[in-house]
Amino acid sequence: MALIREVDYGTPKRISERAVTLEIDGKPVTVPAGTSLMRAAAEAGVQIPKLCASDNLEPFGSCRLCLVEIEGRRGTPASCTTPAEAGMKVRTNSPKLAKLRRGVMELYASDFPPDALNASVGVNSEFREMAVAVGLGEVRYGLAGRNHLNSEKDESNPYFTFDPAKCIVCSRCVRACDEVQGTFALTIDGRGFVSHVSAGDKPFIESECVSCGACVQACPTNSLLEKTVIEKGQPDRSVVTTCAYCGVGCSFKVELSGDEVVRMMPFKDGKANHGHSCVKGRFAWGYATHKDRITKPMVRAKITDPWREVSWEEAIGHAASEFKRIQAKYGRDSIGGITSSRCTDEETYLVQKMIRAAFGNNNTDTCARVCHSPTGYGLKTTFGTSAGTQDFDSVEAADAIMIIGANPTDAHPVFASQMKRRLREGARLIIVDPRRIDLVKSPHVKADYHLPLLPGTNVAMINALAHVVVTEGLVDEAYVKERCDVAAFEQWRKFVAEERNSPEATEAFTGVPAADVRGAARLYATGGNGAIYYGLGVTEHSQGSTMVMGMANLAMATGNIGKKGVGISPLRGQNNVQGSCDMGSFPHEYPGYRHVSETAVRESFERAWKVHLQSEPGLRIPNMIDAAIDGTFKGIYIQGEDIVQSDPNTQHISAGLTAMECVVVQDLFLNETASYAHVFLPGSSFLEKDGTFINAERRIGRVRKAVPPMAGKADWEVTVALSNALGYPMHYNHPSEIMDEIARLTPTFAGVSYEKLERLGSLQWPCNDKAPEGTPVMHIGGFVRGKGRFMITEFVPTDERTTGRFPLILTTGRILSQYNVGAQTRRTANNVWHDMDVLEIHPSDAENRGIKEGDLVSLASREGEITLPARISERMQPGVVYTTFHHAMTGANVVTTEFSDWATNCPEYKVTAVQVQLARHISEWQEHYRQTRRLTTRIEKESTAND
Amino acid sequence: MVHMANQIALFFASYPRDEAVAGVTDHFQKFWEPRMRKQIIEYVAHGGGGLHELALEAVKHLQ
Repeated sequence: MALIREVDYGTPKRISERAVTLEIDGKPVTVPAGTSLMRAAAEAGVQIPKLCASDNLEPFGSCRLCLVEIEGRRGTPASCTTPAEAGMKVRTNSPKLAKLRRGVMELYASDFPPDALNASVGVNSEFREMAVAVGLGEVRYGLAGRNHLNSEKDESNPYFTFDPAKCIVCSRCVRACDEVQGTFALTIDGRGFVSHVSAGDKPFIESECVSCGACVQACPTNSLLEKTVIEKGQPDRSVVTTCAYCGVGCSFKVELSGDEVVRMMPFKDGKANHGHSCVKGRFAWGYATHKDRITKPMVRAKITDPWREVSWEEAIGHAASEFKRIQAKYGRDSIGGITSSRCTDEETYLVQKMIRAAFGNNNTDTCARVCHSPTGYGLKTTFGTSAGTQDFDSVEAADAIMIIGANPTDAHPVFASQMKRRLREGARLIIVDPRRIDLVKSPHVKADYHLPLLPGTNVAMINALAHVVVTEGLVDEAYVKERCDVAAFEQWRKFVAEERNSPEATEAFTGVPAADVRGAARLYATGGNGAIYYGLGVTEHSQGSTMVMGMANLAMATGNIGKKGVGISPLRGQNNVQGSCDMGSFPHEYPGYRHVSETAVRESFERAWKVHLQSEPGLRIPNMIDAAIDGTFKGIYIQGEDIVQSDPNTQHISAGLTAMECVVVQDLFLNETASYAHVFLPGSSFLEKDGTFINAERRIGRVRKAVPPMAGKADWEVTVALSNALGYPMHYNHPSEIMDEIARLTPTFAGVSYEKLERLGSLQWPCNDKAPEGTPVMHIGGFVRGKGRFMITEFVPTDERTTGRFPLILTTGRILSQYNVGAQTRRTANNVWHDMDVLEIHPSDAENRGIKEGDLVSLASREGEITLPARISERMQPGVVYTTFHHAMTGANVVTTEFSDWATNCPEYKVTAVQVQLARHISEWQEHYRQTRRLTTRIEKESTAND
Repeated sequence: MVHMANQIALFFASYPRDEAVAGVTDHFQKFWEPRMRKQIIEYVAHGGGGLHELALEAVKHLQ
C-alpha cells in the first residue's frame, strides 16, 4: 500500500442542528453552523493553503496563508477563523489572493533553510508543499539579514529533534500539547523576532513533555521531526494496524521504507485514539528488531543446559512428544497452557482450542488472571456480560467522572487526554486512589474530591458511597424499578443502609474523612451523567470481584448504566486482555463467556472441532503452579506471557516451573520464564502478522502484517504446527479463517468478519444480527442478563496485615514510559525515563528510617526481600510505599504474596505488608538471580539448524 | 485451599443460609478443577479443621 495521507480539513468538525448553505468558488456547500470556511471548502473538495491550521486543533489564524475573499465584504479574512454563513459567496483563488499568499510564503522562506525547500533534498513537509501550492519562486529578501538559521538544535529527546531554524512559530505544536495531549508543556516565549517555541526554557528531555508525539505530528515544517525519519529518510508505504501496548488499542499507520519501519504515526480514523498517541505506541517500537530477538527454535534437556538451536520441525516435534509422554505417564490433566493478552484474538483462540481439543482438558488460562479476571466475574454477575459498558467517546458526555484505582495519564495516556479534554470543558472529577496521581492536580485539571483510601479498603469505600446514596434519597427509584431485580435491590439497600457502612463508620478503615466521602457520593449521584473508570487498583485485591460488583451496584442505584456518558469502564492493561478473555482463555468457559458445563454450548464446539470435550473446569495459573509443586501437573505451553516476572511470589512460581518436566515458552525474547523452559519457540511481533486485538471498549481492531515474521512463522502458525504434531489436525490459510470460525461459534461475534472490519475500520462486540455494526454502549433499554442484579458486598479486610515487623503497605503499579514486565519497552530508548524500578516512599517514613533520595533500600515482606533505590515522594501517603515491576533484576514480585481475589484468584498485588530499611548491598535473591540468569540463557551457536 | 474456600464462604455469608450454601457450592462446581474439589472433599473427610461452616456444608453438597 502506498503512503497514506489523510485529508486535513483544517479546523475541527462542528456539530449543530442548524445547517448553513453557502457558495465556495461557485459550488454550493451545506455545513453545520459554526463550521469554518476552510473546513466547508475542504468538505467541498477545495483545499485552501494553510500552515497554522489542522483539523485536530482549534483555529488560530496566525499564518495568513488561508486568506479568502467574500463577496460584499472588505478585505481578505482568514478562512480558518471565519465561520460559514448562509448565503455567503466565497472565493478561494484570485490573482490578489495568490499574490498575498506568495508574499507571505516568501517572508517565511526568507528565514528558512533553503535546502528544506528543495524537493530533491531530505524529507517532505507541509511547508514545502505550501511553497509549491502558492507558486513560490525566487525569495527576494535573501538570507543576509537577521535570521534563525544557526539556532541550536534540541536533540535531547531520544525520539525527536527540535530544529528552531525551521520553526515558523505557528503554534501548532503548542496547541497540540495543550488541546490534544493536555500536558501544556510548550509555550511561545518572547515577542516579535525573538519569539520561539519553548519547553519551559529547558531542553525537551528535562521539561514536562511526555513525548506523546502530538507536537511532532502537528509541525508543518519538520522543525520537530522524528529522529528515525532524519536517519532513514522518507517512508514510501503505510500499513494501518493496532498498537500492541495498552488496552486503549490505538490505530497507527506503520510507515515503512521497503521492509524497514521508519515511524509509527497515529491514524486519524482510529476510533479509539482519533489520531493521538503516547510515547510507547508512537516511539517505542524498536524492540521489534532488537538484537535480543530469538529467531531460531531451541531445545534443551535440562534448564541448566545451554540452549541448542534446532529446526522448527525438531522443536515442535520434541514439544509434542514430551507432552504426549507426560500425559501417558501422569494422565490427561497433567499438562496445560497459557494464552497471551499480547497475542491476537485468533492466536489466543487457537491456543485454548488446542488445549481443549488436543490436550483433551480445560487447563487453559491467560494473563488476565492476574489483572482483570475480577472484572469478568463482577460484571457478568451483575450485568450479565464480562466487559465494560461504554466506548471511549462516551466520556465526552460524562459530567461526573469517578476514577477508582487507575492512573490513566501513565497507563492509558491517550484515553487520559480525551478525558482531560472533557474535564477542561467542565466535567467534575472524583479520584479514589491511595496515591496522589497526576490527575488529582495537573494543568487545567483539579479533582473535586480525592479520596486517598488505605490500600485494601476499596469495598468499605464503595459501600460508604452507596450508603450516602441510599440514606440521602439519591437512588434513581424509577430506573431501579424498571431495570433491576427489585428483590435483590431491596436486600442490598437494607445492607448498605446499615450504620456500619456509613462514611463515618468506615473512616476507621479507609482513613478518608467522612465529609469528603459524602460530598463525592452526592456529586456522583446528582452531578449529571456519572461515569466510573477503574483499573487494577480495583481488581488486584482479595475483594477485587466484590469491589467490581460494588461499583456496579452504585451505578445501577443511580441510573448510570445504559446510555452515553455513564457506565462502568475497566481500563484494561495489555493490548488484548479483553480479547484473550473473549476468546475463551479461562479454564471454565468457551469463547463468548459460556461455561464448559453448558451441554448445548459444549456440543456446538464438539461438532465444530470434531472432538469430545471435557465438561469440568480446568486449572487456573496459580492452581497449575500449586499442582506442579504437588506433583500432578508436569507440562505447560506458554505463549507470550512471563509468569516468573509478572505473577506474585516469584519463588513459588519458579518452584512450580522447576517441578515440571516440559515447559514450552513462545516469545520474542528469552524472558524470565524461559529460564525454566525446555523448548523455546520464537514469537512474532505485532508488526509481523495478521489478526485482531480487542481493546477496553470491546473494539475489535485489525492487526496487519507490515513485515515478514523474523523467525519465519506467525504465532498462530506455531500453534497450528504444535496441534498437528500432537495429532489434532488444524488447517487455516489465514487468520481471517480463524475469525470466521470464532464468528460461527460465538453469538456475540456472529457478525464479525475481516471483510466487515476492512469496510468499517473496527467493530465493537456484540456484533450480530441485532447489532450488525456493533455496540458502542451496552445495556441500553435492558441488561444482558435481563434485570440488573444487586449483590451484597460485605467488606472483609485482607488477611495480609501490617505488624511491627512489616509496618508499611506496598502497592505496585505501572508508569508511563514502561509497559508491563518491560520486555518491549526496556529494549527501547524509553529507558531514558525509567532505567530501574524505584521505591516511592513518603518523606516522614523515609526520615524515620534515615533514608535519603537515591539510597539503596531493602524492601522485605513475609515472602522475600529485594533492594532498590528510594525516591522520596509526597505522592505517597505515610505508611504506604509504591514500586513498579518493569525490571526483571528488581524482582518486585519476589515480595508480593499469594493472597488473591476470592472469586478469581487475581493476586493481591496492591497490598503487601513490608518493611523498608537502608541496605548496604543487593539482596540475596538479586545476587542469585544475577548468577542463575546468565547460566540459564546460554545458547550454543554451533548448531546446523535450518528453518 | 482452606483459605480460598473460606474467602468464598465469607462472600456468601451475607446471604440467607440456603442461598449462601448454594452460592458456595455453585462456586466450587463452576470454578474449581476436579482434583481441587477432590482434595477439599478428602480434607473434610478428615475433619475439615479451620474451614468456615458454610464451606463445610457446601463441600457436603459436592459429594
